[in-house]
Amino acid sequence: MSAILDDILLRAGLAGLGVALIAGPLGCFILWRRLAYFGEASAHAALLGVALGLLMGAPVWLGALAVSAAMALVVARAGLFSAGRATQGQIAGDGMIGVYAHGALAAGLVALSQMPGAPADPSRYLFGEILGVRISELALIWGAATALGLAMVWRWSALLNATLSPEMALAEGGAPDRESLGLTLAIAVTIALAMQVVGLLLVISLMILPAAAARALSSTPEAMALWSAALGAGAVALGLAGSFNYDAPSGPSIVLAAFALFCFATLAGPAIHAGIGRPREGEHP
Amino acid sequence: MTAGSNASPAQSPHRSPSAPEKQATLTVEGLAVRAGRRTVLRDVSLCVGAGEIVSLVGPNGGGKSTLLRAVIGAAKPAAGRITRRAATRLGYMPQKMAVDRTLPLDAAGFLGLGAPRASAADRIAMLDRVDVAHSARTQLSDLSGGEMQRVLLARALLRDPDLLLLDEPTQGLDHRGAARFYRLIEEARRERGLAVLLVSHDLDVVMRASDRVICLNGHVCCAGAPDQVCAHPEYQRLFGPGAAGRSADQDADGEAVEDAMAIYRHRHDHEREDGSARAGAAAGTPVA
Repeated sequence: MSAILDDILLRAGLAGLGVALIAGPLGCFILWRRLAYFGEASAHAALLGVALGLLMGAPVWLGALAVSAAMALVVARAGLFSAGRATQGQIAGDGMIGVYAHGALAAGLVALSQMPGAPADPSRYLFGEILGVRISELALIWGAATALGLAMVWRWSALLNATLSPEMALAEGGAPDRESLGLTLAIAVTIALAMQVVGLLLVISLMILPAAAARALSSTPEAMALWSAALGAGAVALGLAGSFNYDAPSGPSIVLAAFALFCFATLAGPAIHAGIGRPREGEHP
Repeated sequence: MTAGSNASPAQSPHRSPSAPEKQATLTVEGLAVRAGRRTVLRDVSLCVGAGEIVSLVGPNGGGKSTLLRAVIGAAKPAAGRITRRAATRLGYMPQKMAVDRTLPLDAAGFLGLGAPRASAADRIAMLDRVDVAHSARTQLSDLSGGEMQRVLLARALLRDPDLLLLDEPTQGLDHRGAARFYRLIEEARRERGLAVLLVSHDLDVVMRASDRVICLNGHVCCAGAPDQVCAHPEYQRLFGPGAAGRSADQDADGEAVEDAMAIYRHRHDHEREDGSARAGAAAGTPVA
């Protein structure tokens, strides 16, 4: 087994697959709740976590996770996704996310340049290094992705209800604020995992692009989640193959493959839907 | 059954509970809600009993939606108490629900999320009940405003609630649609004996369809049977002397007259758009 896993490309493929399988379904919620900017900003802020991790001798993914989770908590505390919708500060919503995220990103870049010894090169974290994935990291990715996947299945309906209307979810006995916090923390974990695969600059694309591609092929939320996982996995395979053949950087190649799948699904989607949709039209009286 | 009280100078959160409180499905006592520094609601007391339709009317910003939000727990009371009878099931219909077009979900699936134990046949039957069975497979983002309101009502009813909270349920419906909507609520109330608390700007229909009306403008201005509320000076000051079909002398207060004119203009617009539908709806509406 470990002999097989010595193959760099196979390790890279498995790491990408593990991340893609969870990034797609979470990406659906990012689209449905319009959290793209939040995700993007949290990912960029995670660079500060990388710097902190290096400074303290902790794993960089742990630092990235800590900072993006802190972003999630700050945003949740501000009530951005909450039924209570407490707007206490004077800067709300996207503006507030931007303030914290860019502050953290700048602090991260400065901290990396001030690193004792040789200054750390941020490009490794910004663009990913999937070909350098170690077996221990592979285990971490698959363990976390499995846990997140199970949690999503468990909370699926509650997450959808919190997405549709926090007030209605609350009235029906749910705890939409808690669900939303869980969702943002899951996004934070995925950012830390995907950092290795496509880098912090492109992390959110691995979540959004497969989900957007899946939209054109789906008429239920469950179908969209499954399609986005499948398309994300396809993008990893295509992107890695392309990167290997043309000696292109792997992270951007994966994202480019996801974009190609999005274009294909969007063009082919209406045709596929026309085939499924026709009998439905007939049901109308 | 008393429906709250006029604002008294005493702001005590623990006013003595009224006698019929024991049976009431929902009891609100001395409720105050603040948003930042602004007091949105103060000293609001009311109760809604089983099988009773209570309507909240009042000017914009009068705290009607805030009161519903406080009842579901989305707005924290700064003072006072909200008590629901034990094991009360809530059905809530939000004022509006913005469903992102990226979320693929049809009406039947939406109902399933609200009542997981209801069978597919139950869902279709409930959609049929509110006249939108044809929309069962329609994506939420493709529903018209009126269809969406009905689908939201179907979801609330499918949960078999004891207390139904409706925030401007007839928003976006024409007068015929609004009358039909209130008839559905009336039917559900009769069959299931549920308590209904609703917010509406549709004064004409509210006055016909409600057992009691509470006029809310930060506090309870007046409350009681629809004809009592219509005759109340506070209500007439807020809505103008002719509101809800009643005629009265012109108000001397300049500001009040201006408000009244705004209401008149609003009502006039509706009549111009669908005067015939309105007349038909009025004829077909059961008088509560």
